[in-house]
Amino acid sequence: MNGNPPQNRGLTAIDGAMVLIVVLLIVQIWLLSATLESFLAGHREAAIPGAIISGLLFLACLGLYLFVDRVDSEIRKG
Amino acid sequence: MRLFRRRSDAPLWRDEFSVFTAEERYVNRRQFTKFLTLTSFGMLIGNLWILARSLFYRASAYSAQTIAAAGEVPIGGVKLFAYPTSQDPCILIRTGAESFAAYSQKCTHLSCAVYYAKEQNRLECPCHQGFFSVTDGSVIQGPPQRPLPRVTVAINDGRIQATGVDEGEGA
Repeated sequence: MNGNPPQNRGLTAIDGAMVLIVVLLIVQIWLLSATLESFLAGHREAAIPGAIISGLLFLACLGLYLFVDRVDSEIRKG
Repeated sequence: MRLFRRRSDAPLWRDEFSVFTAEERYVNRRQFTKFLTLTSFGMLIGNLWILARSLFYRASAYSAQTIAAAGEVPIGGVKLFAYPTSQDPCILIRTGAESFAAYSQKCTHLSCAVYYAKEQNRLECPCHQGFFSVTDGSVIQGPPQRPLPRVTVAINDGRIQATGVDEGEGA
């Protein structure tokens, strides 16, 4: 049983995606600060995994944004 | 395939500034999501900048600089100097009859000037109570995460000279 109208279901999906992006962003901010701290301490080997993981997190955020864009598009088209 | 599709053939401003309340909730959320994604891209740029700095890192060459005459600083005494440039304050500590230690005076937390606490035999940052070892510059206590950069010193012809900086590694 689902009495939630499609408009609100779209909003719920978008809200869920936004929360996921925020979580990913927090991880990415922590990663940047940790990599910078490590770099300044002279441990330059941490830069490569830091950049790769940051790139993956960005791709995940971009994917979620495209999802939000598509849901928005479909709902507003009716 | 276009990643960023226009929602309709309507003018762009209709897509971005909906006049319908129900649609506005979607527009606001989509725009906020776009902002978050751009922030994520900014974080990635930051990481790539660190990566570029790491890949193209070149060790600096330092010239020797006379800090003081060997007898000028008493045991347990300090002398402040700047090395390798006039913008890099450092502190020289005479730890024994023939032993000296020198470190950057900038705390690795927020760059406050550290001073030598003779009674505790440690370097102290007065801003946030960060303490560093005189032996190797390592962090004893407080918020700093990294040791003080160590300035290498040598005694030549009765003069104490700074010869280089161990950046970030402490000892």
